[in-house]
Amino acid sequence: MSEPAGRTEPTGTGASAGLEPVIGLEIHVQLATSTKMFCGCELSFGEPPNTHTCPVCLGLPGSLPVANERAVHFGLMIGLALGSELAPRSIFHRKNYFYPDLPKGYQISQYDEPLCLGGRLGEVRIHRVHLEEDAAKLIHVGESGRIHGSDASVVDFNRGGTPLAEIVTEPDIATAEQASEWLKLLRATLRQLGVSDVNMEEGSLRCDANISLRPAGSDTLGVKTELKNMNSFRFIERGIRAEIERQRQIIEGGGQVAQETLHYDPASGAISSLRSKEEAHDYRYFPEPDLIPVTIDATKLTAAREAMSELPADRAERFERELGLSAESAQLLAFRSELGDYFEAALAAKADPQPPAQALANWVGGDLVARLGDGDDQDPASSRVEPKALAALVGLVAAKRVSVGAGRQVLDKLVAEGGSDPAAIVESEGLAALGGGDELGAVVAAALAANPDAAERVRGGNTKAIGPIVGAVMRETKGRADGGEVTRLVHEQLGI
Amino acid sequence: VIDRDEVLHVARLARLELGEEQIEPMARELSAVLDHIARIGELALQEIEPTSHVVELTGGLRADAPRPCLPRELALSQAPAVDGEGFLVPSPQA
Repeated sequence: MSEPAGRTEPTGTGASAGLEPVIGLEIHVQLATSTKMFCGCELSFGEPPNTHTCPVCLGLPGSLPVANERAVHFGLMIGLALGSELAPRSIFHRKNYFYPDLPKGYQISQYDEPLCLGGRLGEVRIHRVHLEEDAAKLIHVGESGRIHGSDASVVDFNRGGTPLAEIVTEPDIATAEQASEWLKLLRATLRQLGVSDVNMEEGSLRCDANISLRPAGSDTLGVKTELKNMNSFRFIERGIRAEIERQRQIIEGGGQVAQETLHYDPASGAISSLRSKEEAHDYRYFPEPDLIPVTIDATKLTAAREAMSELPADRAERFERELGLSAESAQLLAFRSELGDYFEAALAAKADPQPPAQALANWVGGDLVARLGDGDDQDPASSRVEPKALAALVGLVAAKRVSVGAGRQVLDKLVAEGGSDPAAIVESEGLAALGGGDELGAVVAAALAANPDAAERVRGGNTKAIGPIVGAVMRETKGRADGGEVTRLVHEQLGI
Repeated sequence: VIDRDEVLHVARLARLELGEEQIEPMARELSAVLDHIARIGELALQEIEPTSHVVELTGGLRADAPRPCLPRELALSQAPAVDGEGFLVPSPQA
């Protein structure tokens, strides 16, 4: 996903001008089952078009759908994780509309009796979670390069019928940033549950936002628009921000926001109307007669409970309570489970010396991640740095056997070349911390001699003047000296 | 009572082409159906759950186990227009 360069961002935050945004999200999650929602076709991952179909997912006459047990199981796990009320009995409905990505003329979804009702994740209340089937993929003229000059599209039914959980929030979100942050928590939660790949760019996690503005403090809702299918956290923030700004200009100009479905184009930043589907919004839901009701008994509930592992919010709480991490570190590591897993592996690796947990957390979430390239999905487990090696390095730094600066040089080398023994790198590169002994004392004395003016000002009580002296020592020792120790020696040698 | 506009709206949603002479009878017949439903609504049904299914079965889930798919040629063979890999349809964006 490339980023357009040099485009100016709308700056509206929603806090000013007496109007406040009200945002709710609808998230479609492709469930990580083996087969489709209502037939035994295997899910497709980039296979040739129309090789994963059968009479059911092609909507051929006489075929009958049967719901996938594991999709229901995953739906229950999501409901349990969100604290939803799980319906003892739920039914499927037909949602009728005509579009070429939908062979039957309707999507099998859930309507007034969904699998899960209510719930909460973080600060955002959940309205409902229901199961449905994904649509097929339409390849439009030009995209495929095969049907130039034609007004036809090609339909690939491989994706058609993939199980989806649709998660709908209450309109509890107030800013674009909050929407993106909350979605990250949801993604971490779903990933931890193991119910989905949650890959936004590949479309296994898709987010629509319902956005309206109202006078600040009002408790009635304004007219909302629905912004469709934003496929990265960055685009969600930008799209919501742009739509808030668009609505603000309409309202402040004395106009009325029209209720409509919108598409945000991340390349241009433009928001456009999706009128083609708009006129079909009369879905004429009715109960799907081909599917019998789904009932949730104790066996299914127990299976769902037993399949749940520790969720990100609980993990953050444990990191704080048991390991004494700061709230910020605990959340960073818990909400990005790949970081949390790496951190716990490093902590359990019996490194010598054993690092303090908070220091290790800082290195995992800071120095290490910063060296692993860009993007939301940097995973230290796929780097060359072994958890035990990082733990030992942090232990060396914490024991002041290696300075922070030298520790970072060792980490550079571990990232580039791998290796399991940071102490050996410290040795071979000559990066061991200079203690308070004669060697460092001599370097400090030389630095004082080379900076007589600064030395005089420090002696005269100007504490800031010590900078050039410490800088000279660090240059001379290639960052191996401990800053506190250098300061102590400077004071000692100046007799203050 | 269903009027002419409603008939045309529902026909459009269902992609039905109605001849001019069919519109008025359709309005009359649909109105009669709704009148009958309204009569049922006069019964005291508050205690009765809506009937979504006429069978008493529940459960009936399928194990998440793959079954063979159709060969592509066979899947495409039923379609009025294909391009070898996929189903050709009039572009909804055209």
